[in-house]
Amino acid sequence: MHIKYESFVREPLVDGNKDYHQVSEDIISPIERKPGRMWYVGFFFALCLLAFGIFSVSWSVYWGLGTWGVNRTIGWGWDITNFVWWVGIGHAGTLISAILLLFRQGWRTGVNRAAEAMTIFAVMCAGQFPIWHMGRVWDAMWVLPLPNSRGPLWPNFDSPLLWDVFAISTYFTVSLLFWYSGLIPDFALIRDRAKTNFRKMMYGLTSFGWTGTAKNWQRHEALSLVLAGLSTPLVLSVHTIVSFDFATSVIPGWHTTIFPPYFVAGAVFSGFAMVNTLLVITRKILHLEEYITIGHLEAMNKVIVLTGSIVGIAYLTELFISWYSQSWGEMAAFQWRILGPYWWSYWAMMTCNVVSPQLFWVKKLRRNIPFTFVMSIVVNIGMWFERFVIIVTSTYRDWVPGSWAYYSPTWPEVGFYLGTFGLFFTCYFLFAKYFPVIAVAEIKFVLKTSGDNYKRAMAPLEEKTGEAFVELVNSHHHEDEHAAVAHH
Amino acid sequence: MAIKKFAVAAYDDEAVLFPAVSKVRHSGYKLHDIYTPFAVHGLDVAMGHKDTDLHIAGFIYGMCGTSTAVGFISWIYCSDWLQNYGGKPHFALPAWIPVTFELTVLFAAVGMVLTFCYLNQIMPGVKKHVFHPRQSDDMFVVALELNDHVSEQEVIKFLQSTGAKETSIQKAEASWWYGRWDKKEEYEALNA
Repeated sequence: MHIKYESFVREPLVDGNKDYHQVSEDIISPIERKPGRMWYVGFFFALCLLAFGIFSVSWSVYWGLGTWGVNRTIGWGWDITNFVWWVGIGHAGTLISAILLLFRQGWRTGVNRAAEAMTIFAVMCAGQFPIWHMGRVWDAMWVLPLPNSRGPLWPNFDSPLLWDVFAISTYFTVSLLFWYSGLIPDFALIRDRAKTNFRKMMYGLTSFGWTGTAKNWQRHEALSLVLAGLSTPLVLSVHTIVSFDFATSVIPGWHTTIFPPYFVAGAVFSGFAMVNTLLVITRKILHLEEYITIGHLEAMNKVIVLTGSIVGIAYLTELFISWYSQSWGEMAAFQWRILGPYWWSYWAMMTCNVVSPQLFWVKKLRRNIPFTFVMSIVVNIGMWFERFVIIVTSTYRDWVPGSWAYYSPTWPEVGFYLGTFGLFFTCYFLFAKYFPVIAVAEIKFVLKTSGDNYKRAMAPLEEKTGEAFVELVNSHHHEDEHAAVAHH
Repeated sequence: MAIKKFAVAAYDDEAVLFPAVSKVRHSGYKLHDIYTPFAVHGLDVAMGHKDTDLHIAGFIYGMCGTSTAVGFISWIYCSDWLQNYGGKPHFALPAWIPVTFELTVLFAAVGMVLTFCYLNQIMPGVKKHVFHPRQSDDMFVVALELNDHVSEQEVIKFLQSTGAKETSIQKAEASWWYGRWDKKEEYEALNA
């Protein structure tokens, strides 16, 4: 007999009166129903955006990158801004699934599946930008060390841009494997309860023939734990390496050692905001409020206020160091950032990332769903401006005043960005329809310790004194031993 | 295909399952396997399974990734295609840390997942017998392998005495095979 006990101080992770079967019903039945009208409208809208994105990219490739607003002074514009923005968003999923697994944060079980899916789709979007930014995309495969007849000539392994190729592709692959290995048992659940032949066939294929023997689960746990251990430094390395794209250069505003931690904090910040944006809607439409509770949203808002504050400190540190360096190049770069022709982007960044998230210190606001939703979007606007500020306002006034320039995007650049929203939401809508958006097996694993009804059944225990409680637990242990001895 | 006879017991609570597993192991019946909807901690120990060596495999794959990266890059820079970047050394190890790290993680993750699939014998197109339709939902299912000398009534009576909610005798393929999940298998007619 095991006593499953968790203190009342911790909120239940699953609300309502649930047993294992009810958990399966609640999470799987939306997959077995026809989607609602909102799903079709949203999916169609996402497809339209995707089509417009494909058109914009085709236009850019056909006519060349001269169709974009970038010029010889400002070589990176919306494209790399969007790349960094999407990669940053793609950090929350693996952070939730890996780092919070290692830290034994039970609340991750409610949100990890959707957050990991979001990560994978966001990295897919991010990857588009450097590829199409190459201009001659038919040469894109030469970023890989492929044998060739020119020497062979290999890529430059000392270059941060090449490190990025390896970082992003590894991150995508490992996140995908992590996500899919968790999905296999849940696909098996859908397969076993499927009523239609088509569903049996499809989920039979995607579940790889999983049956859930004790040995299967033992290996599954080992795999999850090691993948979490690998993903934890991986997720930190990815945005560190993205920040190297800037930090290893000698451009004022980029050449700072604070970039790696500052980028990682910013990535977690924007990633959690995007998770909130998606989950506030998903939980409502799929009626999963009992699994993605206000407690879950509050936990994420706490991470947002923490990482937002780290980002804020980083901004101020940058300003201080530029003054402390007494290097006129550094000082001018930051002065122009704040007061130059792009002042509005700097102040948009400061307001959205540093000032407004501080409201989350108020508990009422952290637990307020409309406020959480609005704030999640505000944060992502702010984080987009952060990347724009770093990229454009560090380069637009370079060492030769005669080549100072201004940059505005053209329609193919905007179309490309909108297109990645199309790609992202097309994938997310398909995910929400055909995949279990919550990890069913993991919820069942925590149900008896953290489910509302099971916690309430423990109420009499809470009344007891500490000594009485320990005695009770010990007596149960003894029973266990007696039972074992009796069988021998 | 090796069709065997099984006695199947489905339990609806882990608290009942654990003492039942202990009784089964001491009963002399041959325990085929136990199927659960989620990872039940301690069940592998209760069944007498050793811990998995999957993580050791992961470490070896990771080391393969490390040596691939360092070996390949140093071969390129120190032997195959020497380049002079501002007089810096050819063997520039610190600059290779990012790529080396990424390949370590990549090899470890991909290798472990493939090994995981191999050990569990899972792959798209693989089919296995499902003893109970709710073994992935809310039932903990124990399957005992029977030979011709075992009385079916006795084993069922024994399983019911351990607290099983449902019991049955099934003829089933013991291992895996290639098949479609929407097709009925021939042997399933034996159970009807």
